[in-house]
Amino acid sequence: MTAETSKKFNIDTVANAESTPGQPLPWAELGLKENEYRRVEEILGRRPTGAELAMYSVMWSEHCSYKSSKVHLRQFGEKVTDAMKEHLLVGIGENAGVVDIGDGWAVTFKVESHNHPSFVEPYQGAATGVGGIVRDIISMGARPVAVMDPLRFGAIDHPDTARLVHGIVSGIGGYGNSLGLPNIGGEVVFDSVYQGNPLVNALAVGVLRHEDIRLANASGVGNRVVLFGARTGGDGIGGASVLASESFDSSKPSKRPAVQVGDPFAEKVLIECCLELFKASVVEGIQDLGAAGISCATSELASNGDGGMHVELTNVLLRDPSLTPGEILMSESQERMMAVVTPENVAAFEAILDRWAVEYSWLGEVTDTGRLIIEWDGEKIVDVDPRTVAHEGPVYERPYSRPAWLGGVQADSFTAPSSGIEQPADLRAAVLELMASPNLCSKDWVTNQYDRYVQGNTALAMPDDAGVVRVDEETGLGVAISTDANGRYSYLNPYEGARLALAEAYRNVATAGAVPLAVTDCLNFGSPEDPEVMWQFAETVRGLADACQELGVPVTGGNVSLYNQTGGVAIHPTPVVGVLGVFDDVARRTPSGWREDGQAVYLLGTTADELDGSEWARLRGHLGGQPPAVDLTQEKTLAAILVNCSRDGMIDGAHDLSEGGLAAGISEMALRFGVGARIGIDELCERDGIDAFTALFSESQGRAVVSVPRSEEVRFNDMCTARNFPTLRIGVVDTENQALDVQGYFNLPLDQLREAHEGTLPKYFG
Amino acid sequence: MTASNVETPLIGYPQPIASDTGDGSLDGVRVGVVTFPGSLDDRDAVRAVRLAGGSAVALWHDDHDLQGVDAVIIPGGFSYGDYLRAGAISRFAPLMEQIIAAASGGAQALPVLGICNGFQVLTEAHLLPGSMVKNNHLHFICRDQRLRVENADTFWTSDYAPGEEIVIPLKNQDGQFVADNRTLDELEGEGRVVFRYVDENPNGSRRDIAGISNAAGNVVGLMPHPEHAVEAGFGPDSSARGEVEVRGGTDGLGIFTSVLKKLVR
Repeated sequence: MTAETSKKFNIDTVANAESTPGQPLPWAELGLKENEYRRVEEILGRRPTGAELAMYSVMWSEHCSYKSSKVHLRQFGEKVTDAMKEHLLVGIGENAGVVDIGDGWAVTFKVESHNHPSFVEPYQGAATGVGGIVRDIISMGARPVAVMDPLRFGAIDHPDTARLVHGIVSGIGGYGNSLGLPNIGGEVVFDSVYQGNPLVNALAVGVLRHEDIRLANASGVGNRVVLFGARTGGDGIGGASVLASESFDSSKPSKRPAVQVGDPFAEKVLIECCLELFKASVVEGIQDLGAAGISCATSELASNGDGGMHVELTNVLLRDPSLTPGEILMSESQERMMAVVTPENVAAFEAILDRWAVEYSWLGEVTDTGRLIIEWDGEKIVDVDPRTVAHEGPVYERPYSRPAWLGGVQADSFTAPSSGIEQPADLRAAVLELMASPNLCSKDWVTNQYDRYVQGNTALAMPDDAGVVRVDEETGLGVAISTDANGRYSYLNPYEGARLALAEAYRNVATAGAVPLAVTDCLNFGSPEDPEVMWQFAETVRGLADACQELGVPVTGGNVSLYNQTGGVAIHPTPVVGVLGVFDDVARRTPSGWREDGQAVYLLGTTADELDGSEWARLRGHLGGQPPAVDLTQEKTLAAILVNCSRDGMIDGAHDLSEGGLAAGISEMALRFGVGARIGIDELCERDGIDAFTALFSESQGRAVVSVPRSEEVRFNDMCTARNFPTLRIGVVDTENQALDVQGYFNLPLDQLREAHEGTLPKYFG
Repeated sequence: MTASNVETPLIGYPQPIASDTGDGSLDGVRVGVVTFPGSLDDRDAVRAVRLAGGSAVALWHDDHDLQGVDAVIIPGGFSYGDYLRAGAISRFAPLMEQIIAAASGGAQALPVLGICNGFQVLTEAHLLPGSMVKNNHLHFICRDQRLRVENADTFWTSDYAPGEEIVIPLKNQDGQFVADNRTLDELEGEGRVVFRYVDENPNGSRRDIAGISNAAGNVVGLMPHPEHAVEAGFGPDSSARGEVEVRGGTDGLGIFTSVLKKLVR
């Protein structure tokens, strides 16, 4: 870049900032509050330059700094026992947590949000959400091996929903499929509370050997700093600060230019290139460029390492030569990485990048000055202590208060006579209605647009309880992952809602046969400036941290997404919880359906009148009362039983009971392999003191249905008795009659059930 | 699927199948698998060759040397992002020149298999006729697909019986096979339609064609993915060759054993 080019911008240098203290700067437009701007001036002892202002504004945004959530998130680090840390190789704070799964193997996984961009520009928003989380996984030194996407949309019949569903699903498929990553699970939920704020969360899993862990730090004075991958363009400027850190408001102009545009081919090449760099051990530290782009990468690498870095910004390869230094620092162009390389390894580094035809530019070097110095054509435009940018941003103790309306909502129970809602007269019709409803219908229309086969290690994928991938071909060592959230439960009681989300994800992983090991979370909420939303957030974190401690599974990382509200109305608090479990051999994973004629069907756990917040209550337009009670001691015992059953070959199929209760559970088990069953519920009703409707539709926790081979029944019963866990034989698998026969109540041919279950999404989106 | 006569094959570690001939052993057969920037199923193809009993050799698009391999597989993926047109850029890779020359070599011609994106590359390279356009429903689709083996005389299908049905995964965005009627008639007339979609045509392909061969039968391309149905426990849920256990389908293995046995004889 020549001096002539740089003149175009009338560069605001550090010297210029010192000599023109009174010059007004657009800090408010960049999303900084006045007190925050004054703090920047105080730190620097002068006004910031334009480039410094750009850096502080993005790095101090809610999205990057966690300034509203930090004081609460600390609990995830505090409520941790030594036993919980046993398998933790890297905890919260790095790009993603790393968990030991044995035999020298480790797994890294994380879930993140890309909510705001996906509403503005669904295809690119969702696509770059996948791209971003995958780069986090690569940055740890891991090969990405699977993705999954928990999605929440507005009402299925709202005119805007189809736009979002089509754009988001094809964006995830278009990007993820091109990366060669199997999509092995996730969720699809429809609820009008997400109409203006769809939730697009993306989870990725990666695999590595213990010795391959890479961290984001710039150490070793004189080591070179390199930017590689895609060129830097004008896309995504202000993505983190403007888009993800503010509520939507119809009075403001479109925020479309703030959404990044993805190139999955560039990312796929970047993955292979990085893995080769790791294998050749030619990078000392590495960081992906996501939110806040170069601002984030330089300040985080520097402050996590020897504390200083010197960068010449005109060396950055650009897509658009008219970008200003501030824009270059803020750009969120995708498919870029920054690495630290020793001078001796420069040639080897360049050879690998040339082989993959990946562009790179050497930006500068690591120093021990404690300062991040960025120059433009030799003129100093940034001179800051990198820690003040990356780690010492503002922290808020936002006021919070229990919503005044909550008492009334909790008192309004679905099953109380005051609700005026009667039980359905026809249970057969009710089951069909439930299984065709937007949230319990088959999600094949979505998941058939994702590649679940690539890499050849997928042992289970949707619609099973958890996604399962093999890690080691020699031994069969592998992992299971499930994500869950129930915004309705959390709306009724955010503390319990968080515990319920964890309990379900934990139960799902165990139902597939894996031992639950670690947790990642994506906390989706409204505006933290609303004390009632802040209370929901505080209660959620408290509930999740407590539950993690009780179940003995640590949070290894995750993401907070605030400001999910439009026109003053917030979404339901939606903590999406992902649990990772481990198998010593994925060959023993349990599918979520029964297959063999004559096998006994058992219900594990007990059922109470718990229909508040349920899917059935949703179908009757009711949301009130208290969510189902969660007993984590029971969940632990249930998980141990399910894992042992899988290990010892005592069960052939298992499915956890959650949304839609027993009715949904047995319907899904029958549809999984197209095999019917004869089910009796009278004994269950008598034992638990409930009626048939409650037995079928209640969402009591700590339950699962399993199919047990005749030869294993004695052993199975002995094990449950020994653990004092309630079980009941409720039926038998029946391959002759293609029907789900709930004896004395209804007989539902599987064809009819399947038609209802599979018809819904194609009807709206086909 | 009825489950009354469910067979439960071993779900476990990848075990190579035993060689079937007394003298030559299958693992002496070296099958090259080409990696382009953006190839995705290359490692899966390598595994499939290994599970079938052969030796896989990784080939790099930018090399000029086929390393003396006995056969070549061009795997699935989105080479060069499928930008411009699927397969259009890869076709010009240095290694493709070697492959085109070797595959066109008459009686001693190199057996070449193109899977999905590999099939697209082979049509772009004019080793196979026709072309692939966007699926008629415009979506990416991933499903377990039933096929009929129409020609069991090619290098890549001799382990199947003529007319045999198999189930292997299908996954693509641009999978609709198109060609003019004269070409289609020619393919049919010469027995060069190797695989045909059964039950449901998933993408609007002309005459339900899923895979074809060249006149000599050494070059075969197909859109579905046999390499994803080679290992019990990681394949499709169903099989046309007998009822199976969850993800137990291995109907695709025959494609890889076919070429190995042909070459060892």
